[in-house]
Amino acid sequence: MSQITYREALNQALREELDRDERIFIMGEEVGYFGGAFKVTDGLLAIYGEKRVRDTPISELTFVGAGIGAAMGGLRPIVELMTVNFGLLALDQIVNNAAKIHYMFGGKAKVPIVIRAPQGAGHQLGAQHSQNLEAYFMHCPGLRVVIPATPADAKGLLKTALRQEDPVIFLEHESLYHVKGEVPDGEHLVPFGKANVLREGKDLTLVSYSKCVYDTLAAAQELENMGTDAEVIDLRTLNPLDLDTVLESVKKTGKAIVVYEGWRTGGAGAEIAAQLYEKAFDHLDAPVERVATMDTPMPYNARLEKAALPSPADIISAAERIV
Amino acid sequence: MALERDKHVAQHALLTLDEAQLLAMYRKMSLIRRFEEKSAEMYTRGKITGFCHLYAGEEAVAVGAIEALYDKDYVVSTYREHGHCLAKGADPRAVMAELFGKATGISHGRGGSMHLFDPDIRFMGGYAIVGGGLPLAVGLGLSIAYKEEPEVACCFFGDGALPQGAFHESLNLASLWKLPVIFICENNFYGMGTLVQNAICQEELYRFAEPYKMPGVRVDGMDVLDVYRAVTEAAARAREGDGPSLIEAVTYRFRGHSMSDPVEYRSKREERIWQERDPIKNLRRRLLAEKRVSEARLDQIDAEVGAVIDDAVKFADESPEPPLEELAKNVYVE
Repeated sequence: MSQITYREALNQALREELDRDERIFIMGEEVGYFGGAFKVTDGLLAIYGEKRVRDTPISELTFVGAGIGAAMGGLRPIVELMTVNFGLLALDQIVNNAAKIHYMFGGKAKVPIVIRAPQGAGHQLGAQHSQNLEAYFMHCPGLRVVIPATPADAKGLLKTALRQEDPVIFLEHESLYHVKGEVPDGEHLVPFGKANVLREGKDLTLVSYSKCVYDTLAAAQELENMGTDAEVIDLRTLNPLDLDTVLESVKKTGKAIVVYEGWRTGGAGAEIAAQLYEKAFDHLDAPVERVATMDTPMPYNARLEKAALPSPADIISAAERIV
Repeated sequence: MALERDKHVAQHALLTLDEAQLLAMYRKMSLIRRFEEKSAEMYTRGKITGFCHLYAGEEAVAVGAIEALYDKDYVVSTYREHGHCLAKGADPRAVMAELFGKATGISHGRGGSMHLFDPDIRFMGGYAIVGGGLPLAVGLGLSIAYKEEPEVACCFFGDGALPQGAFHESLNLASLWKLPVIFICENNFYGMGTLVQNAICQEELYRFAEPYKMPGVRVDGMDVLDVYRAVTEAAARAREGDGPSLIEAVTYRFRGHSMSDPVEYRSKREERIWQERDPIKNLRRRLLAEKRVSEARLDQIDAEVGAVIDDAVKFADESPEPPLEELAKNVYVE
């Protein structure tokens, strides 16, 4: 175990995987000489060379598509999108090709690609650089969607992603890169579709993922002081989705709040709430609450941005409505 | 449209190719034509549904290009890909069964006319978003270069793909990284019903090669040997590590954009002019005149491919539907 940051954990996973499998390579904007816009790929070019750490032009559609083609040609590409916002330019290749190739060709083709993308708000980057688009990918059958909150999960899930046969969208939160945590040295694999119960509680289930996990844990601590014992679940992957762990918790608590940084409407939390109504209706003692980002483009102004984003206080208010 | 091609060289090519190879090309073109005619008939009879884009008229492009490739070279295509898939060596039974939506289809009935795929012959798929296949071909080229293999990735697309960003980005990336990719633009003058000159500022499409620093040539897409010669050169260049090429094959589709297109945007006169340049009749005429192949030999080939296609239709018709319980199979790799 080492105490390292989320960024270092990702970098460590990349090094271990590049060492393990010759077919793995990284490409994207600024991944080589610059070391990655968020320094996740820092130092890799010097070790692995230009063949395996490739700087691309600003052509998201085509370098993502080229990653898909390279995967079909027997390689295991890791394609880094500088941020998920730019990934919208590649959505055609992701949705129309990566997600469908295995199915529409009758199972005869595979696309083992990992597309990494930082996302998230909170740095006053304005409307076009502050989005959380996990729901877009979760909506599309054929894509695995991975969204780690902790350094250990960042490492373990990335290493697992590189052993998958399906295309994986790997979403990192820009606010988490500096977060430190205990990370196992060497081989560490976290399975897809296994949520993590970070805190046990009997009164209320708080379901979250990515950066909001930390807000949720802070809110749970506050709720405890107020006499409410909240359980906190980190989903870790949205596809596959471990609803069973959530259901088990809700059957115990009878109440649930879903906390996420995507837009409230049509967000991943909306899907989780819908599934809870379908599968745990008789166990629910109150409506499922959603704490999410306000349905607006992200404003630049710091006060407005903070108000648009979900916060521990919002979670506590939601808890007060249903407990 | 004037063709900047050297007929003398093409004529020469005919003489240097051996008779067996020329007859093989004739057979493939005839097979594709017969396949497409049957597809149209089966569509009219309701056996084939959905979208169905026929390749009749353009056979010389697929056959000439693929004849110039190795078996292990990759081919990426579009939604008008029956011809490319058959030219690459797909079993006509499996292709027809796919059009019928059957379990025995080349994509097990999940793809249909627009999404044929067969890894065994390195036919890497038909893609139905215009320009969507180009980045994949670049990636296949990258995989070849990465593994230091001798293959090339050959990508077919229509004139309609040229205004797409994917075209420009793909040519740039393939050239920047000197990847073994052959970009073949089938210029049939219409993107659905929109004339090339109403969609692209530069009508001489091969000239888009120049800004991307690769060779660009325009060939007669109604002449299988002209296509063969250009692709042979492009493939040799790619295998030498000298990077991609752009080939514009000027051709004509004898039918509408799809089976649901009544073709009201072009004149009968124009269609007649191009039908006189039918690539199969063209090769037939030259085989008779220049290679002294007998008419009976060519008739026999036509009859043989006719029987192959009739058998493919029978096979497709008698094949089972995909089972309902397998509807959700292969969304993810199991």
